[in-house]
Amino acid sequence: MRTSLATAWWAVLRRDLLLSARRLGELGNPVVFFAAVVSLFPLALGADAGLLRSVGPGIVWVGALLACLLSLEGLFRADFEDGSLEQLLLSPHPASVLVSAKILAHWLVTGVPLLLITPLLGVLLNLPPLAQTVLFGGLLLGTPTLSLLGSVAVALTLGLPRGGLLISVLLLPLFAPVLVFGAGAVGSALLEMPVLPYFYMLGAELALAVTLVPLATAAALRASLGS
Amino acid sequence: MTTTNEAATLAAIDLACVRGDRSLFQGLSFALVRGTLLKVEGPNGVGKTSLLRILAGLARPEEGEVRWNGKAIGGCPDFAADRRYLGHHNGHGLALTVRENLRVAAALQGTPCAGASLEQAMETVGLAHAGDSPVARLSSGQRRRLALARLILGAAGVWILDEPLNALDRAGQVLFGGLLRDHLLGRGVAVISTHQTLTLPAGIRQQTLTLAVSS
Amino acid sequence: MIAFFSRWASLPAFYRRAGRWIPWLWAVAAGLLMAGTVGGLVLAPVDYQQGEAYRILFVHVPSAWMAMFVYMFMAGASASAFIWHVKLAEILARVSAPLGAAFTALALATGSLWGARMWNTWWVWDARLTSVLLLFFLYLGFMALQAAIEDRRRAARAGAVLALVGVVNIPIIHYSVEWWNTLHQGATVSKFDNPSMTWDMLWPLLTMALGFMVYFAAAVLVRARSEILERERHRRWVIDEVTR
Repeated sequence: MRTSLATAWWAVLRRDLLLSARRLGELGNPVVFFAAVVSLFPLALGADAGLLRSVGPGIVWVGALLACLLSLEGLFRADFEDGSLEQLLLSPHPASVLVSAKILAHWLVTGVPLLLITPLLGVLLNLPPLAQTVLFGGLLLGTPTLSLLGSVAVALTLGLPRGGLLISVLLLPLFAPVLVFGAGAVGSALLEMPVLPYFYMLGAELALAVTLVPLATAAALRASLGS
Repeated sequence: MTTTNEAATLAAIDLACVRGDRSLFQGLSFALVRGTLLKVEGPNGVGKTSLLRILAGLARPEEGEVRWNGKAIGGCPDFAADRRYLGHHNGHGLALTVRENLRVAAALQGTPCAGASLEQAMETVGLAHAGDSPVARLSSGQRRRLALARLILGAAGVWILDEPLNALDRAGQVLFGGLLRDHLLGRGVAVISTHQTLTLPAGIRQQTLTLAVSS
Repeated sequence: MIAFFSRWASLPAFYRRAGRWIPWLWAVAAGLLMAGTVGGLVLAPVDYQQGEAYRILFVHVPSAWMAMFVYMFMAGASASAFIWHVKLAEILARVSAPLGAAFTALALATGSLWGARMWNTWWVWDARLTSVLLLFFLYLGFMALQAAIEDRRRAARAGAVLALVGVVNIPIIHYSVEWWNTLHQGATVSKFDNPSMTWDMLWPLLTMALGFMVYFAAAVLVRARSEILERERHRRWVIDEVTR
């Protein structure tokens, strides 16, 4: 008699959410970082409303991408240090599925707050309402892909000195397509051109990442813990 | 120390392990029948932890394989459900309570977790009063006891324990001795590395594997 | 079949076999590269639109092809290292990365030179160059990961996962960059994408490409041999081999 995979998946998701809930103070950091980065751009570029509107989508997307990148480091670190990750890999349930629960939990506590604050940032950058909606939709489809891809890099660099910088080096080229489609969608919306093709692409990449990435992340964790 | 392979629950066949430049051991074979304790001994750095991690299926041997009931353990969920591993780290989320940690452990191990069995496990290891305290507030001995509670959640056939007595006080060591005895008398197998003496009643099958520094 | 494969992949046997092949490969590579250079720089006609400057494509295009090919090679080696635990495949994946990065850098440099001549600017965000730039970053990431992990087995397994993730992403990256490029600027007209190439331009190009390929084979074998020696330096056969 063994518990079902769904039970184990739930238990992992619940555990990670509980852990985050007990460290509420850390939840705000990516959001503050995101807002601060975005507000640096007007200081650097000047406050011309037309200019900000045209570069706004790019700024928000790059900001979101960097905030994701920074928050990723915490994805497995504590579990690696206290041995929980070992226990996860030892489970009779497939590690890739259990890992997907951890990635989902991570996205819920870091990605979703970023989403929630984008309308505000859109206002700061003078984006019209339609572009704001498209920006939100793009981030909704894109940030889970960033979290997923990120999990592979974090798993590969576990326990390495200066892992943080290495994570960025590994991830930036992989993040490029999400940036292209996400920022492109908003750019298209500003020009009143169709945006659905971009959403299809973002959705396709998300679907691909959801299917393949947990396998790669589980393999990466085995490689990192197996020595 | 070898018995016939058919009767063996856990068998190592020609294991070799390389760490960096050094070959830690090679051609290491043994077979354990039910109810046997294997003590792994040897000085620091000789590969005890590496061996235990290989036996647990966490690390891959350079050569050879580990078999459980005649099957290779790699990718075998039945083995994973039947094996408990306790390493240097206890594997608890520090911000979670004792009860929460145990519940997660049960779900991960695949043990159906009735509340009663959790409470019983906590009581057995002497943490019944601490069920709702976060692990961060426990002493290191109490954390080790919590790790022991994980071992007895749902009967498992194979225990692989790396220095289980670390941080345990005298009473904790006696407690562990009792748990180990019950496990072995219940026809379980245990592989344990420890620098301390394990006192077990007569009649329990014990083997010792001494790893030596290889050239 | 498996027995044959494992014998072929045995490191001492591979080490000796590669040692016999390398001089031949160098010779063939030198011949092809020389023929290609003469064909490209002297024999091929001047392009009526781009003048002499187009001749850089005889280096640029083969290196861009190699940049792609080496990554595929790495991913293939990584896959076999990952699935069958073939040590030789781990070694091949590891040693080919810097070569791939070098081809990629060469493609970038020649592309930039060509841009300087054609558009009077050292860098254009052209789809091909941008893809190659991202590929370059993928190589650098792979090499940085290899350098950061001390344990060779772990480095090999981690690198294999990364190369496989990269190879799935390359088409996505390439496609997204094409998309981005057609959106933000018109497609550039260049000899590089011109299908109407005459035979006296095509044969030097293909000869150069083949020369690059054979050069890569030779260089990979040389690097693999030294990596084998380093990895197995405590083994009896290496000591025998070196002191013989």
